[in-house]
Amino acid sequence: MTLQALTLTLRLAVTVSFILLIVGVPLAYWLAYSRRRWKFFVEALVSLPIVLPPTVLGFYVLVAIGPLSPVGRWYQAIAGHPLAFTFEGLVVGSVLYSLPFAVQPMAASFASIDNKLLDASALLGASRWRTFRRIVLPLGLPGVLTGFVLSFAHTLGEFGVVLMIGGNIPGATRTISILIFDQVEALDYAAANRTALLLLALCFVILAALYGLRKSAAWNVWGWK
Amino acid sequence: MSGPVASALGDLSVRIRKSFPGERASSFTLDVDFTAAAGFTILFGASGAGKTTLFDCIAGLQAPEAARITIGQTVLFDSASSVNLSPNRRSVGYLLQTLALFPHMTVSQNVEYGLNGLHGSERQSRSGEILELFRISAMAERRPEEISGGERQRAALARTLVTRPRVLLLDEPLTALDAVTKSQILDDLRAWNNQHRIPILYVTHQREEVFALGENVIALDAGGIVARGSPHEVLQRPQSETVAQLAGFENVFDCAFVADHPEQGTMTCRVAGSALELEVPLSRVDRSRPLRIGIRAGDILLASSAPQGLSARNVFSGLITSLEQRDVMVVAKVNCGTEFEVHLTPAARESLLLASGGKVWLVAKTYSCQVLQGS
Repeated sequence: MTLQALTLTLRLAVTVSFILLIVGVPLAYWLAYSRRRWKFFVEALVSLPIVLPPTVLGFYVLVAIGPLSPVGRWYQAIAGHPLAFTFEGLVVGSVLYSLPFAVQPMAASFASIDNKLLDASALLGASRWRTFRRIVLPLGLPGVLTGFVLSFAHTLGEFGVVLMIGGNIPGATRTISILIFDQVEALDYAAANRTALLLLALCFVILAALYGLRKSAAWNVWGWK
Repeated sequence: MSGPVASALGDLSVRIRKSFPGERASSFTLDVDFTAAAGFTILFGASGAGKTTLFDCIAGLQAPEAARITIGQTVLFDSASSVNLSPNRRSVGYLLQTLALFPHMTVSQNVEYGLNGLHGSERQSRSGEILELFRISAMAERRPEEISGGERQRAALARTLVTRPRVLLLDEPLTALDAVTKSQILDDLRAWNNQHRIPILYVTHQREEVFALGENVIALDAGGIVARGSPHEVLQRPQSETVAQLAGFENVFDCAFVADHPEQGTMTCRVAGSALELEVPLSRVDRSRPLRIGIRAGDILLASSAPQGLSARNVFSGLITSLEQRDVMVVAKVNCGTEFEVHLTPAARESLLLASGGKVWLVAKTYSCQVLQGS
């Protein structure tokens, strides 16, 4: 039972962190370089999950993907089953929930790149895309990796959003944190302790690896300081 | 000196107006109109005169309000017809003051960055060639942080030039360097320019560089052009207060190289059109080309009888041709075969009993003589 929950949790974390890598990098690039007036609006929106109780986020995501919403109906028409209370539904909620943890380190890293390097790249004839690939991405890589790892770790430990939109379906939406909750409800403290310890150790190892790598030369693959 | 009337194919023509509305005294308007032919055009002026803004507009990093910027037939920017090429499509080589070498790439990767349209072999031969020219082949596989300041300067210059830009903008590229490195890089740059004749705009506020590269000078002050011409014309007969202050040389002589005295650290030059020989500090200038020697009028001493026991090497006798008082300064013109301007105090004139037509001895220390490269 624990193994099933663990596999599901890891599957969720991997899926979410990869989606956030794909979504987060362009979003962070836009946040770092856009000069739009309403940029602050997007910044606030992206950061919202940090301060919002997971129940609030979970509730609105549930409403948004529920069978009564256009998104929910559209998904059901395509996939043949509803989005709420499924693994896919969990992915949607978790992506939103972990978005700031991916985007913020990436955006900070991109914004810290000397603007003159981007000018120099353009002056040497490079398009924006080439400048992004050859200058922004390699120099911002530490931030991109940090965002990736943080969104992974954050998804591992989420509870409220999962409970709200996933429920507690073994193999589909019962993640480790839900399992712990279950075990405590059933007054099986010994089992809860084992599961909690597993999650604690897993999160600690990931964070230790993150901070350890950041200090080591291996992180600065491109000799960037 | 004015440029040719019909501008040649690759001339850079710039007409820019850009204002920076600031609070009270900080508001500033850049308003210039000039054409630069192939070769060096020096933009000379104090900091804050608008040189960097001008460069940013030419390169496309900033947009002027009203402007027309062209290279030959190519329009880079034209406010009238709403043309505004992005920086990567302008073929303008711009060496930023901070160099902006890519820290995560080696010198050769930096140099090849702008050659991505070429085939591998062509790219390598072009980059190898320019690394050779700028004498940094040995550093090709190092990162910018692993090489010296002068090497970084060369690498950045090579990276800009290897793309064969149609115009080159250099924003005080040599300020941070020692004199020897500086003159070596100037030599390399001159050599490159002899092969690729393109307009080169060179920003500096250092007099020595103006004369060392001297072809055309444009003096900028508070966003406008206050003087233009050869270094000689702009700096010796300054039309504006600013240029005069920056220039500072009242005496500039065309000279021919006579002999080196390396053991003394000096060399001898003959003032053109006279028999006068000046002993001046040893300099790296090109001896086969005409030289100029600059001496500030305030650095010259006058004596009423033949001086003896002096350390100064340049002592000439001559006749005072004119003597006039300007405020608290007396300006004397002394003919020693060529005319010198000398500044002295009214008290000195009294004690020496100087008068127009009188005989005097003129004394200039070797190190008061500034060697300038002529054109």
